[in-house]
Amino acid sequence: MGRRILLIEDEPHIAEAIRFFLARDGWTVATHDNGLDALEVIRAQEPHVLVLDVMLPGRSGYEILADLRADAGLARLPVLVLSARGQEGERARAEAAGASRFMAKPFANDAILAALRDMAGS
Amino acid sequence: MVPFKILVAVCLAYVCMLFMVAFAAERRAQRGQIGWLRSPLVYTLSLSIYCTAWTFYGAVGYAARSGLEFVTIYLGPTLVLVGWWWVLRKLVRIGRSQHVTSIADLISARYGKSNVLGVIVTLMSVVAATPYIALQLQSVTLSFGVFASGAPEGWATPDQGATTLWLAGGLTLFTILFGTRNLDANERHHGVVMAIALEAVVKLVALLAVGIFTVWSVAGGFVDVLARIDASPIADWPLAPGRWIGLTFVSAAAVLTLPRMFQVMVVENSDERHLATASWAFPLYLMLMSLFVIPIAVVGLQALPEGANPDLFVLTLPLTQGQGKLAMLAFLGGFSSATSMVIVAAIALATMVSNHVVTPLWLSLRRGGTRAPGDVRGLVLMSRRLSIAGILALGYGYYRLSGGGAALAAIGLISFVGAAQILPCLLGGIFWRGGTGTGAALGLGTGFLVWLYTLYLPSFGTGGLLSETLMTAGPWGIGWLRPQALLGIDTLDPLLHAIFWSLVLNTAGYVLGSLATFPGPVERMQGVAFVNVFDHDPVARGWSRGGAEAEDLLAMSQGILGAEEAQQFFQREAEAQGKAGFLPETTPDFIERLERRLGGAVGAATAHAMIAQFAVGAVVSAQDLMAVASEAQQILEYSTQLEAKSDELARTARQLTEANDKLTELSVQKDAFLSQISHELRTPMTSIRAFSEILMDRDLASDMQQKYAGIIHDETIRLTRLLDDLLDLSVLENRKMKLNIKVANLHDLIDRAVRSASNIRPERDFAIRRDVSSEHMPVVTDTDRLVQVFINLVSNARKYCDAPRAEMTIHARQRKGGIIVDFIDNGSGIAGKAQTVVFEKFTRLTDTARAGGAGLGLAICREIMANLGGTIAYLPGQGGAAFRVTLPIRPGGRSDNADG
Repeated sequence: MGRRILLIEDEPHIAEAIRFFLARDGWTVATHDNGLDALEVIRAQEPHVLVLDVMLPGRSGYEILADLRADAGLARLPVLVLSARGQEGERARAEAAGASRFMAKPFANDAILAALRDMAGS
Repeated sequence: MVPFKILVAVCLAYVCMLFMVAFAAERRAQRGQIGWLRSPLVYTLSLSIYCTAWTFYGAVGYAARSGLEFVTIYLGPTLVLVGWWWVLRKLVRIGRSQHVTSIADLISARYGKSNVLGVIVTLMSVVAATPYIALQLQSVTLSFGVFASGAPEGWATPDQGATTLWLAGGLTLFTILFGTRNLDANERHHGVVMAIALEAVVKLVALLAVGIFTVWSVAGGFVDVLARIDASPIADWPLAPGRWIGLTFVSAAAVLTLPRMFQVMVVENSDERHLATASWAFPLYLMLMSLFVIPIAVVGLQALPEGANPDLFVLTLPLTQGQGKLAMLAFLGGFSSATSMVIVAAIALATMVSNHVVTPLWLSLRRGGTRAPGDVRGLVLMSRRLSIAGILALGYGYYRLSGGGAALAAIGLISFVGAAQILPCLLGGIFWRGGTGTGAALGLGTGFLVWLYTLYLPSFGTGGLLSETLMTAGPWGIGWLRPQALLGIDTLDPLLHAIFWSLVLNTAGYVLGSLATFPGPVERMQGVAFVNVFDHDPVARGWSRGGAEAEDLLAMSQGILGAEEAQQFFQREAEAQGKAGFLPETTPDFIERLERRLGGAVGAATAHAMIAQFAVGAVVSAQDLMAVASEAQQILEYSTQLEAKSDELARTARQLTEANDKLTELSVQKDAFLSQISHELRTPMTSIRAFSEILMDRDLASDMQQKYAGIIHDETIRLTRLLDDLLDLSVLENRKMKLNIKVANLHDLIDRAVRSASNIRPERDFAIRRDVSSEHMPVVTDTDRLVQVFINLVSNARKYCDAPRAEMTIHARQRKGGIIVDFIDNGSGIAGKAQTVVFEKFTRLTDTARAGGAGLGLAICREIMANLGGTIAYLPGQGGAAFRVTLPIRPGGRSDNADG
């Protein structure tokens, strides 16, 4: 069994695409589609790596990230933040919120894979 | 008996000694060894010039004629000195802070630096001082006469006129030598003050010596003298309260306003604390001076033959007793009294004449000519010397004109009343800010004329300058204008009459004139500076004056131009003159260029006045000061305008800030909008790119290929729709929509919309209830756009209505002036808070997956209805989601009101 990855993304097509190429790469992928109960899902799943969208129904990715970093058990969880608000300062904002990596949408699939391998390995 | 020649020799020797004392004091002062030169004792003794020959000789005569009344002449100054805290201290403080050079300067400075007032006060002072100087000449002449003839009658001197002339000439020379040796900016004369102090001691010692001789040698001691006084008519002399009050008041006023008293008291004062000492020491001096007046008068009346002039008892009493040396001491005492008064009075008056009359005149005549500093210094010295000579000549003239007939005391009082005319505007000037130059001129002029008419002119004697008939019947026979009985009041004695009328009319003129006029800016400024002098820093302000030293000028210029610029200017000038270093010669050319340079910075008049401070010593012409004043006025006006401008500027700045806030708000909204658009565009593109990359893998199963290509296709359509909506919205928002107006049946339009929307969630069971009969009405509008709105509403209901058996009611009706179509579904509706935002762009109440749109639909509907001149609004309280579309029957004006 490969390493566990949790993908929190509300756009079903995007979630489907990511799940497909991660699974093909050997990851065990779980998905979730809103921000409201994201924290509970993360605690239950105990993923090795988390992929987090910013604009989610219920709670934004940044709010979730802040809670993660405040939680002793999850503070060191590697998180890849994805955002479609391609504006300047978005990367800085994500890193300030505690993101391990940041990627703007649309992305290259290989870049996501490389980043996740890197994060899981470290 | 002392031979006349020896007397003259003693006089000369005495004068030489005084000159040496003065010279030595001047030398010490120049070396900076002021020390005891400026002690409270010297200051107090210098005040003794109040005791002139009139006091020295005349007090005894006064007592012999009028009993104790002579005391009033000492009472006035005593009151002023004892109450120094009230007036004197303020005068001294003002004098120092304003660099006042004379009483005329003080009045002129107070009332807006008006030279007219300076001229008036100078004229009055000269006219008032003339009889007084004549009095000194007369008394010295008389005392000479006593020695020359050896007779108590003294009058019989054969060569009297010549003696007086020699005396006047000698005093002129003496005063010029003493008083105009140098031009000191502060008009301080250390040497003169020292000599006067010495003379004060001689006076006192001489009078005390004669007094002691009289009491214990001529009479039989203290008890005997008291008995003699009791027996003499002096004791029976009635006290006249009116005269006592009047004379005390006038002598108190005179001590403040006589130019020579002002000179020693205010101008020569070097330390305010000296006043505290003088406040008891000077009254003590006066008391000692008056101690033996009554005994000498009483004993003189008894011991000397009938007809002896009581004004000369001080001299004749020792002479008749064979005491030649004592008589000589008494003579020197009288001589000291006369000379000290004449010297100081002439110096003070000459300063006034020179500063307020001669120099301004000369400057105005020579305007535009060269202003070489040396020229003006020479001119000032020359004008002072000529003034001194002129003043003594006037005194001599008065003496000859009046024929020396009047008693000493009467002449002195005329002067006092004349000088007292300055009092109202002086006191008003230092205690009342409302006093104006016009008021001061009016008061001074009135008082002066009344004094001339009621006291001065009559003093030349009946048949002198005023005719006999004028004196007794009034001018042109008008009785109430008689000089000594104005308004028919002839019960007062002439002196009191003159005091009363001159000062009452003077004060009235001053107060009324001040109330009727408005002070100019400089006047107001000076008024505040004078009245509130104790609020200011006691350290004297102003420029250190003196010769035009390049270094001083550089220091001043640095203050105005800035250190570096001034230095460069001076260096260039020095180079141009071929001088090394940075200090050029202060040639007229250089001064003129410097003035122009400074004028660029502070205004021409100010620059000129400032340079004048350095270049011509104490003299700044009246025109200069006036020009400075008007410049100050302009600056004031300019700053008022500036204030108005800056108010306006502040308003504009406020408006700009508000506009900026609005722009910032708009910009924040725009950023949020762009961020939204970015998200809406990037989301489908992300799916398209991710699946495209996946499809590039050839190993992919064909059903997966099919599925993912379908997703790409859907997302492309979504993207296209989004772009269409955005473009549509942008056109609609700018109200640039092209209206394609047609006539149609509303029923047909609703049919079209329902049909078009049926492909949204076609699998869903969705019922639409319509009252078809009510839908048949004509509409005149852009029918395609209206249908677009209807489709949007039906589609939304198909997508979002959450009822298990979803259905929608469409109800149309025509009301007065408009067509109303309601779309109501049976779902849970829209919560209150969301009802207000539902028409905003990018508002999605459910998640994206279910909506499948960017949240622009209702925003577009709102814009379309506005373009069609109608509205769309949410209808609360209908059970489900309810929208009302309102349309005018005719296509009217486009409405900006989105939901009203």
